[in-house]
Amino acid sequence: MVQLSINGKKVTAEEGEALLKVARREGFVIPTLCYHELLGSSGRCRLCVVEVNDAGKKRVVASCLYPAKENIEVFTDSDEVRLVRRTVLELLLARNPSAELIQHLAKQHGVTEVRYTPDQDKGKCILCNLCVRCCKDIVGVSALGMSGKGPMKKVGPPFDEPSETCIGCGACVVICPTGHIAMEEEKGVRTVWQKKFELAACPKCKRYHLPLFQLEWISKTRNIPVEELMVCEDCR
Amino acid sequence: MEINKEKLDEIILKYGRDKAHLLAIFQDVQKEYRYLPKEAVRHICMRLGMPQVDGFEVATFYKSFSLKPRGKHTVHVCLGTACHLKGGADVLLSFMRELKVKTGETTADGAFTLESVNCLGACALAPLVRVDEKDFGKTTVAQSRNIIRDFTDHH
Ligand code: SF4
Ligand code: SF4
Ligand code: FES
Ligand code: FES
Repeated sequence: MVQLSINGKKVTAEEGEALLKVARREGFVIPTLCYHELLGSSGRCRLCVVEVNDAGKKRVVASCLYPAKENIEVFTDSDEVRLVRRTVLELLLARNPSAELIQHLAKQHGVTEVRYTPDQDKGKCILCNLCVRCCKDIVGVSALGMSGKGPMKKVGPPFDEPSETCIGCGACVVICPTGHIAMEEEKGVRTVWQKKFELAACPKCKRYHLPLFQLEWISKTRNIPVEELMVCEDCR
Repeated sequence: MEINKEKLDEIILKYGRDKAHLLAIFQDVQKEYRYLPKEAVRHICMRLGMPQVDGFEVATFYKSFSLKPRGKHTVHVCLGTACHLKGGADVLLSFMRELKVKTGETTADGAFTLESVNCLGACALAPLVRVDEKDFGKTTVAQSRNIIRDFTDHH
């Protein structure tokens, strides 16, 4: 255990624990986009910045990655922090002008003008990588990844075609912080990342619930008969 | 695109079926086809036991790989600082006109792919055009047609 202070308050933390976690546990508010409870962070959005004073050495760091250390002083809302955070939001807003969450955060943090030419081709994606890691580490099918580089870098299934391994679970849609990933359901067919999935109708309540392909996949990987899975959660 | 899987497997085995050699495998395959056919990337990923999307990521990260068919010859027009100052952009435009393609595209007959590059390391010869391995220094807009003719197959 180590002792440190956050905005003047003395707190204890595990050595090496991410400052973001410590601060949130102690009730401090730090905005984030790319951090997720289950997946942690790959430090992509830089919205979570805090100022750290380590024996007189001051630095603005990403709190979701920065490890707790004995005796450091952390500030979550100093002038420096506010300045960096506003810059981050201004850049994000230039990249994703249509993302409601970013518009909201920008407004909340006093970003009123964007000095850069807004992108029109990035949708709401901030390249946070959460969907990629979710599909790989939680779902376990690795249907998503990054392609290209620099300004052309984007997220999607291999070859920008419907992926052979995507099971249509929609986990990526749920985890995406900005709502970039579209999923539609119409007449018993779900479409996500251009792939179409026939939905299973529950034999009891007749309601469409999960993609057949997903049920077959669960059945195969968990050894549960498909007939059992066809029944929706409510009727089980 | 029909790919020769035996040939691919040969290349994959030559590198010990090792993921660490993905780049080398891609390079060899690209030499074979002049580009990286999607089906080849799929097959390689399958053999190496890696997700297709990881192969796609690598194939799109490096400029030297192309997932689209490439022309028999590649015209690189340099737009590095020196070449730019000496009119490289106009030379590029003249090639676009002559070949009727944009940068990064391949002519309909599959003969030429047009690319722009940033400095080929021969700035004294600016503006420089490199076709395959051959350099053309101090090129002028008027020369682009002759250069293309040099590389066009005559039957
Ligand atoms: S919907 Fe497809 S891409 Fe998204 S998490 Fe599920 S399997 Fe992966
Ligand atoms: S689609 Fe969403 S989750 Fe995926 S990288 Fe973009 S912003 Fe992140
Ligand atoms: S939450 Fe820390 S960089 Fe995104
Ligand atoms: S700038 Fe063209 S060769 Fe260096």
